[in-house]
Amino acid sequence: MKGARAVADVILRNISKRFGTVEAVRELSLAVNDGEFLVLLGPSGAGKTTTLRLITGLETPDAGSVMIDGRDVTHDPPGSRDIAFVFQQYSLYPHLTVYDNLAFPLRSPARRVPEPIIRKRVEQTAELLHIASKLKNRATRLSGGEMQRVAIGRALVRDPSIYLMDEPLSSLDAKLRAELRLELKRIQLELGATILYVTHDQVEAMTMASRIGVIRDGQLLQCGTPREIYESPSSSYVASRLGSPQINLLPAHLLSDVPVPPGTETVGIRTEHLQIAARNGGRMVGRVHRVEHLGEQNHVHLDYKGEMLVTLADPRQPLQSGQEVELHLVHPLCFDRAGQRIPAMVH
Amino acid sequence: MTAVLTKSSAHSIVEASPRAKIVAGGLVILYAVITILPLLWIVATAFKSQSDAIAYPPKVIFEPTLEGYVNLFTVRTRQTPDFIAKLPPPETWYDKLVRQRDMVIAGPSKVVPRFVNSLIIGFGSTFLAVFLGTLAAYAFSRFRIPLADDLLFFILSTRMMPPVAVAIPIYLMYRQLNLTDTRLGMILLYTAVNVSLAVWLLKGFIDEIPREYEEAALVDGYTRLQALRKVVLPQAVTGIAATAIFCLIFSWNEYAFAVLLTSGEAQTMPPFIPFIIGEGGQDWPAVAAATTLFVIPIVLFTVLLRKHLLRGITFGAVRK
Ligand SMILES: Nc1ncnc2c1ncn2[C@@H]1O[C@H](COP(=O)(O)OP(=O)(O)O)[C@@H](O)[C@H]1O
Ligand SMILES: [Mg+2]
Repeated sequence: MKGARAVADVILRNISKRFGTVEAVRELSLAVNDGEFLVLLGPSGAGKTTTLRLITGLETPDAGSVMIDGRDVTHDPPGSRDIAFVFQQYSLYPHLTVYDNLAFPLRSPARRVPEPIIRKRVEQTAELLHIASKLKNRATRLSGGEMQRVAIGRALVRDPSIYLMDEPLSSLDAKLRAELRLELKRIQLELGATILYVTHDQVEAMTMASRIGVIRDGQLLQCGTPREIYESPSSSYVASRLGSPQINLLPAHLLSDVPVPPGTETVGIRTEHLQIAARNGGRMVGRVHRVEHLGEQNHVHLDYKGEMLVTLADPRQPLQSGQEVELHLVHPLCFDRAGQRIPAMVH
Repeated sequence: MTAVLTKSSAHSIVEASPRAKIVAGGLVILYAVITILPLLWIVATAFKSQSDAIAYPPKVIFEPTLEGYVNLFTVRTRQTPDFIAKLPPPETWYDKLVRQRDMVIAGPSKVVPRFVNSLIIGFGSTFLAVFLGTLAAYAFSRFRIPLADDLLFFILSTRMMPPVAVAIPIYLMYRQLNLTDTRLGMILLYTAVNVSLAVWLLKGFIDEIPREYEEAALVDGYTRLQALRKVVLPQAVTGIAATAIFCLIFSWNEYAFAVLLTSGEAQTMPPFIPFIIGEGGQDWPAVAAATTLFVIPIVLFTVLLRKHLLRGITFGAVRK
């Protein structure tokens, strides 16, 4: 349906949007590349939805510009931007059947797709999402998972420059979410689609994204591959967004025996940065506070000089609460007073 | 946030006990009987003879006659039995019926044109009020309108005055504009009164429809007007039906303005019905017949729209 595409499908340049006194988006710049699955990760209220609405044109930025396929569309109406949008809520029309819901975007008077082609596209999309048997159902007669498939399908029937998805899985239970996560990634690869996906769920970000952008208070803090964000977060906040259990942040002055770069205020310790061993003369000694058995792994809560550290341990490792253990740090992350990352010293 | 499946109803999840169901059912039936009894009495009276209609104690069992309906639809003159005997034999059953009472039919009565007036004015003003009300309510609900709250209050305040208070100014205005005793005048007047109600009711319903529905349509390339038609209106159908019923009931039953502003051409049924009473004694069966006919359209209209009213309950059951 479309010719060659520019390298970056969507470029945001310094866009800002305020609602009254709330600065929902601040000086945000972002480029979504062709064929990429970019996930914006941030807590509720971070400005994720607003960012997507600015791209669609449902909101107009106070400053900055939006480019789509090399065109400045900052002041274009939503309909002319060639975008498909999956809303966070209310994505299906309750008065229509599944088929008509899926056909709705194609039946737009601006698009004038002939009915046989609509039927083909709808059937293909339903096939792709495993909802082909539900086409005749009313949109209200579906399970939660099916509704979300249809909601995503309403975007996939089209072939836009970019698909925007606003937490499409957030209302589902964990099992369905895991299932749809995989499928969405499969579909994206199959179609070679460009997707800007918004979520507060780090697992979704880690599993689906080709790149993650971490957003907080309307600002983009860091953008990179999941690995980059995980391994070299630019700040302690970004570090705390990814990884489970969450990264342990320890005041640097509590450490002994661990060389840290000058200016380090806080040390970030993930599970893989921390080794636990029986006492053997080491200087960092902690006490096991509690051991949670999760089956294949144990969550170990350690008390170290009044700070609580949480880490994973092999269930076979014999640990009792109250037991004293030796802690060894391996290349922890170092942060300055402002929470910004300080590159580790070269050993 | 959970996906709500359709089995659940708007009411309690707990199944009522059989005893509670019987009591509730009994109360509903009792209420229905109490409210429907006067109506049934009117329907029955329409089929009584004049003497049965005023018999005391009231007659529940009687010999039905169509005299009431015949009297309603005709104008008759009283004649001497000699005169009637000299006439050629009656051509129709109703001619015969009338002659038994020493009368002959002089022509049709005004009931049909009056009924037509009621239909045109009632449905015309209802359509206009709902149409304008929907557009205004949509605008109030979706757009940032300066002084929206004050405007809405002003719109409501037009309903606070009793008709009597504005009767004289409106009468003078209408005379000046040559709108007295015209259907157009009555349609405009009832529309003006109803539109305030329509705006308020419909705004409530449209507020309930998430904006995301229209926004999705906008992103998909629909214009705002198309989105209104394809997305908002189908979901506001409940509200529109309810509003239409309220508007129709008002304009159908309206009496004060109708008496004041119509006398001939545009007279509606409410001022016409009491006028029957005075014609040649108290003709209760004819009045009852007129009342029966008068009630039918509104009952039909309500029954027709009932489906939409009930269906409204399942709306919004998607991802709450
Ligand atoms: N239409 C609006 N009017 C006023 N405030 C808004 C509006 N939309 C969003 N906001 C505010 O902007 C901030 C960002 O909101 P949003 O983009 O919805 O965040 P997220 O999607 O990341 O949860 C929030 O503080 C929210 O309250
Ligand atoms: Mg949001």
